[in-house]
Amino acid sequence: MLALRTSAVLAAAALAIAAAPVHAQDEKKEIEKYQKMLAEGSPVELFELEGADLWKKKQGPKNESLEKCDLGMGPGVLKGAYAHLPRYFADTGRVMDLESRLVHCMVTLQGRDYKEATKRVFGNADKPSELEYLAAYVVGKSRGVKIAVSTRNPKAKAAYELGRQLFHYRAGPWDFSCASCHGVAGKRIRMQSLPLLDKPSGARRTYATWPAYRVSNSQMKTFQWRLNDCYRQMRFPEPTFGSDATVALTMFLAVTANGEPYDGPGTKR
Amino acid sequence: MKSKSVHLLLGGLAAALLAAQLAYADPTLLEVRAVMHRDFHARGQAVMSRVDQDDVQYLCTITRDKPPAHRVKEMEAAQLAMIRYPADGNYIGDWKRGAKIASSGKGMTWKEKPGQNRGGGCYNCHQLSPKQESYGTIGPSLKHYAKVRPGIEGQKYVYGKIYDSKAFNLCTQMPRFGTSHSLTEQDIKDVTAYLLDPASPVNQ
Repeated sequence: MLALRTSAVLAAAALAIAAAPVHAQDEKKEIEKYQKMLAEGSPVELFELEGADLWKKKQGPKNESLEKCDLGMGPGVLKGAYAHLPRYFADTGRVMDLESRLVHCMVTLQGRDYKEATKRVFGNADKPSELEYLAAYVVGKSRGVKIAVSTRNPKAKAAYELGRQLFHYRAGPWDFSCASCHGVAGKRIRMQSLPLLDKPSGARRTYATWPAYRVSNSQMKTFQWRLNDCYRQMRFPEPTFGSDATVALTMFLAVTANGEPYDGPGTKR
Repeated sequence: MKSKSVHLLLGGLAAALLAAQLAYADPTLLEVRAVMHRDFHARGQAVMSRVDQDDVQYLCTITRDKPPAHRVKEMEAAQLAMIRYPADGNYIGDWKRGAKIASSGKGMTWKEKPGQNRGGGCYNCHQLSPKQESYGTIGPSLKHYAKVRPGIEGQKYVYGKIYDSKAFNLCTQMPRFGTSHSLTEQDIKDVTAYLLDPASPVNQ
């Protein structure tokens, strides 16, 4: 009886889908289904494993690993570290995000030259970058940990405020700001849904799933890349990797996402 | 004595709060611009002057796209004066070429050369041809737009809107394709044709 009723309902639903034009709601469901499918076949774990090897690999003039790198929770402590980044670091007197802190560790622990360490921050499908592997590994250690980025330190607070202003700063030949695309809920570019990012409702889920593996490029993408490519599409000059402006914008988005259990590395279209 | 010390304590607290507020105050847009000049770098055609705001970008930023009415009138008029309408008085070009420009989201980025891949990115934000299902929703649907903007007045409006959108809606998210030299006069005529030509798929 139940089976019969279920199949009747399914048949009716199939008919309704076949008969009706594709409504936005259906489209959204289709996209969600597709995203779930993507996530199930995602290679993020491979990136995490490769990143773990790189974390332990001795290299640089000092022939050291990154195992003593302090990401804010103490030397070598990875559990939950990403969920608290960006944060103020007393040893540098700066607010740093994951990528700028990783480079800091390469320089201080491994004795590497800053230029060498940042020569190839964004990789490609054939050859991912060292930072992409490392980021995948480190963020994976925060899965399930609630994002809790603090602005108690005055410099952290200043970074947050600067990030908020940057988010709304309209410029460039096309007059865009981040808010042009991410300031209103429920909009999309082509078929791609645009998350509202200056409110927790949209920022939480989106921020908690970066860095992410992008199926369309077959690449692991870091958050620094995400900001870089947004600014490219906004027709701005290029944000300098790890600069205070990029960290400030990350700070603003991270704080807006506070409270969300971290769920990355994500898998995107 | 006791009340005086409480008073002092409160006064001290207020001063500390004020200092804290000052320290945490929003950076001004000039400060933001200075940060961008320090933390961004020119790449290809994306030169550093692109982060310097003009008066429209500045006002729309500080008012979060809700400019006061008394400023809107004069500033829209100034934008209107920027529009160079075609000398031949003809606003309609080749809709087939316009279709390509409307579909392309390229051009003006640091990866491209000046004038290369000139796209209007129209489908990124608008529905146009009913046959194209992949369209964005930041702007209104322009399906069957010839009905909405008939006649030569409609043609002039559409040409002008693409050339300088801010002349008609000061803080719109739509770029100023003519004023910013992103599209040429011929490009804009072609996109205008794509929107208004009865033979264009937009109007089928």
